[in-house]
Parts: sequence; structure tokens; C-alpha cells
Amino acid sequence: MKTQGTAHKYGDNVDTDVIIPARYLNTSEASELAAHCMEDVDAAFAARVQSGDILVGGRNFGCGSSREHAPLAIKASGVACVIAESFARIFYRNALNIALPILECPAAARAISAGDEVSVDLETGEIVDKTTGQTFAAEPFPPFMLELIAAGGLANYLSNR
Amino acid sequence: MSMTMTQKILAAHVAGGGASATGRARAPRAPSLRAGELIMAKLDLVLGNDITAPVAIREFSKFGHAEVFDKEKVALVPDHFTPNKDIKAAQQCAAMRAFAQEQGIVNYFEVGHDCGIEHALLPEKGLVTAGDLVIGADSHTCTYGALGAFSTGVGSTDMAAGMSCGQTWLRVPAAIKVELRGKPRKWVSGKDVILHLIGQIGVDGARYMSLEFMGDGVASLSMDDRFTIANMAIEAGAKNGIFPVDEQTLAYIDAHKPGGSQFTATARPPRVYAADPDAEYERTVVIDLAALEPVVAFPHLPSKVRPVREAGEVKIDQVVIGSCTNGRISDMRVAAEVMRGKHVADGVRCIVIPATQRIYLQAMEEGLLKTFVEAGCVVSPPTCGPCLGGHMGILAKGEKCVATTNRNFVGRMGHVESEVYLASPAVAAASALAGKISSPI
Repeated sequence: MKTQGTAHKYGDNVDTDVIIPARYLNTSEASELAAHCMEDVDAAFAARVQSGDILVGGRNFGCGSSREHAPLAIKASGVACVIAESFARIFYRNALNIALPILECPAAARAISAGDEVSVDLETGEIVDKTTGQTFAAEPFPPFMLELIAAGGLANYLSNR
Repeated sequence: MSMTMTQKILAAHVAGGGASATGRARAPRAPSLRAGELIMAKLDLVLGNDITAPVAIREFSKFGHAEVFDKEKVALVPDHFTPNKDIKAAQQCAAMRAFAQEQGIVNYFEVGHDCGIEHALLPEKGLVTAGDLVIGADSHTCTYGALGAFSTGVGSTDMAAGMSCGQTWLRVPAAIKVELRGKPRKWVSGKDVILHLIGQIGVDGARYMSLEFMGDGVASLSMDDRFTIANMAIEAGAKNGIFPVDEQTLAYIDAHKPGGSQFTATARPPRVYAADPDAEYERTVVIDLAALEPVVAFPHLPSKVRPVREAGEVKIDQVVIGSCTNGRISDMRVAAEVMRGKHVADGVRCIVIPATQRIYLQAMEEGLLKTFVEAGCVVSPPTCGPCLGGHMGILAKGEKCVATTNRNFVGRMGHVESEVYLASPAVAAASALAGKISSPI
């Protein structure tokens, strides 16, 4: 499971209210949510993001509400992976449960700049900043989590078994 | 192996292990757990609201069970965008209502019929008791730690899995010990305690951990204060916040027992757990309650806390008194005490939101609503509404609001260039009268 794309970079404590403002929570349609993803911190994000891109955050990414609409919006906007120094715990569970790959890697999260071309190997945890040539090692996912992500999330994973 | 209070509750809920509860004072025997372990845990209650449940309902069918694991152990509360704020919100509520009817969900709370904000409503209805393990698709589910329960927020998929199987996986958390000492002065409340703590440890200071409150100061905090404190554990990144069970807790539980004395799936006996004396904590934070003063959290993080007397001249446009954090009867009483016989400043809109129908009625009977209306406040039906920028008090560009709610993130209550200042009901009421951030002292 390898992916490569352009990095979009944000700071610490990116909260779920800026990932998807509550004024759009009267729907749970992924495509509608994606149209407003990151709107309050980066109004141009939805127009700029390309399928396969990488989102990079600082500490405590996804803090705040339990809304699963936040990882849903990120995933539906085409983002292939989120790399951060650390994740808030509810967001961490929600992202994996809906098969949005996320990697905790402080060194990569700090070093990668906006616009860098970044590749991620979920099986090995290797993150490469192709623009700078730097390589980083995140903790790889155990096999069951790779299977869960491949299945498209917890519900599909459990019903497959 | 010594355990924290949280670890003991989790141990008693390990799927396939632990015995069922037998009595009030004796906890069942259970395996020993240590921080970092992954467990499958049995659930006493699964909660969702009109924002999170529709997503969970969509996922629910994928888990292969036609019916929820227990009709009495699922609670569905339409409270966020209710009374329905627009057509889309109405559709979401309709989807949840239909599911509740289809499944025969016992604990569905319709608008007007015993409704309220979930985290004020569930304890009031006696749906959570000491020793319970609760997950809810709302981050402030951690509120029930005030009752000596383990409760934590999850997302919609976890809620769906919980509704389907009655179990969830959890990582056993390490803990921070918060030792409360002494007694707070007048006008200093649970809100000031938790904001002070978040200011001290930061918005990710307790990430993945339990905040375990203890010490002689606990006795001086009312149940409403404890609900407020546990409610905002998530704002420090915590998995849960929890209080020891004392006479006050048991009296609260007894007074809110659902229908009669028969224990049922929804009316479980309290099970009292206490941390081992030699339990391990990542760190200890000591708070001298007597030394605290009213505080306010500046935009845009709940950790940007400073004493109200150092707030400077911050003119405000709106005040919100309510929410799952501070919409309880004692919050209403304090706000009314500050406002009685006075009037909200020109140019300020003050919105008061009793959190449940019962609180609304009680506030009416005690004359508090009259005080609010005479003071120039508008009283709203129970709703989360403005707290998350839903409805019933949205901020325009550049507007500033003092709110007793729990988050002041960018755009939380409306326009991306609006500002929310978090404070206690006493500070919010005093600010409404003064037209700027002010202390009741």
C-alpha cells in the first residue's frame, strides 16, 4: 500500500471544527463534506487538493468533537494519508475506522514543507520527502490494520470475517 | 497489580471476564490490567445524537445484526440541531427517529417529551450509574465520570459497532492524578477548576490518558460542578475524567433512579470502584481550590486561560449561558443570582439555555426564568444550538461572545472571524450586565 502526492501543511491543534465546520453537519454525504473540508483554516483547500495528496499536521491533529464527518471529509477530498506529530484519540480511531490512513511521525511532520512531493509506504511505515530527499520511519501498521484499511473500514472488515 | 479507578472499571468489563455486579458497595472480581493493554470491553450504554447517529445508523447494517444488542442500552438524543434548524437537519432527525421506532429503542428522547442536552439528560434520567462503561458518539460523553463511571467519546462507526455487538475495543489508559485541595471561594465554580487545569496542562496535556480527580477538595464540589469538570476532560485531550464515588454521588444516583426500585438493564445498581492506594500515575497535578479565582479562556483554545481581573477591556456582543458543560440548575441559579434586579447591557444579546425540560421547569418554578427575562435575556428551549455554531445564537464577523460552553476554536460559534471566550455562568452573567468581560466579585 504505497501512495504519493503533494503535501498540504498545517500547524498544531488542527481541530475538527476547522476540518469540517458544524454548519455543514446537517449532512453526512461525503462529497458535500469534502467541498467544505479545512474551510475555516484554508479556504482554498477544497479547490486545490488533488486525489492522492498528503495532509501534514503538528501536534494533537483532529482535537475536539467526535464527528466522524472530519475524517470522512478529508478522505472524500482525495487525501491519501495524514501525517502528524500526534493525533487526538477520537480522531485517531475514527480515521482508521473509516479507512483513512494516518501516521504519527513527529520528524516527518516537522520537516515536510507545503508543496513537497511525499511518498508513503503503509506496510513499512517509510515516508519519503521526494522534494528534499529526506526519509523518515513511522511505526508501521500491524497486518490486521492494513487489512482493515484495505477492506474500507471497520464495518466492512468485520462483516468480511 | 495495583490499578487506577478507570483501570478497575475497565477490568470489570473485559468481555468474557469479570463477574456481573452483585451489590452496591462491592465491586466484582476482575482481571488485572495495566496501561497500554488492548481489551474488548462490554458496554453498559451506547449513546448517539442527531449529528452522529445518522452516520452510525448507515454503518449499522454492515455489521450483520438486524437488531441492536439491547434495546434498553442504546440512547438516542436529538439535541444538536433541534428543534430542527433546517430541512437537512430535519431529515437527519427523521432518520434517527425512524431507526429508534424500528428498533424499539427505549431511550429515545423526543423534542418536548422529556428532551434535553444528552450529557445533562442521561444522568438526570438515571441512565448512567457508578461503575458503568459507556461510549457515546459525542466527545463530551466523558461527563459521566462525575458519577464514577468510565465514559468516553467515540465516532459513529464505533457507535454502530457498539450498538450491534454491545462491545468495543479500548486501550487501557495511563492516568494523571489531579489532587484537589481545600474549598473554592464564592463565585468560583467547577468551570474555573477545569479551565485552570487545562490552562496548566494544555489541550493535549492528558492525551490518551485518564484524568483522575481526588483529594479532600472533591467533597466541596457539587455534583453539577463535577459534571462540568468531567465534561471538559476532553479539552485536555483526555480519554476520560473520573471522580471518586462519595455520599453525594450515591445520593444523586438514588434521587435519579429511573422508575421504581427494580433494577433493570437501564437501572443498574451503582458499583463503586476506588483507585488502589499505590496505583501508578504519569504525573500529579495539585490544585488548591481556595486559591482559585474566576477565569476566562481566550480565543482560540480552551487552554488560553487567564484570571478575569487580567482580561483587560474586552467588549462583547453576546453571552450564552447553557450547554452540556453549564446548563444545569445550579448554573441557572448562579446566573440568576448575579442578574436579579439588573439589566443586560445595551448592545449585548444574552441567551440562556436550560439544558433539559426538567431544568427548564425547575428554573421556572424557582422564578429564575422570570429573572432572566426581566434582565433582558432570551430563554431558549434545550439545545446544543449555538455552542457548535448550529443555530439559536450564531456570531457575525468580528463579534465577541462570552459563553459557558466548552470550545472556543476558530469559527466554533459562527463566522470564522468571530471570537468565543469561555467562562463560568457567574462570569458570563456579570459580563452580560457590564457589556464586557467582567467578574461577579
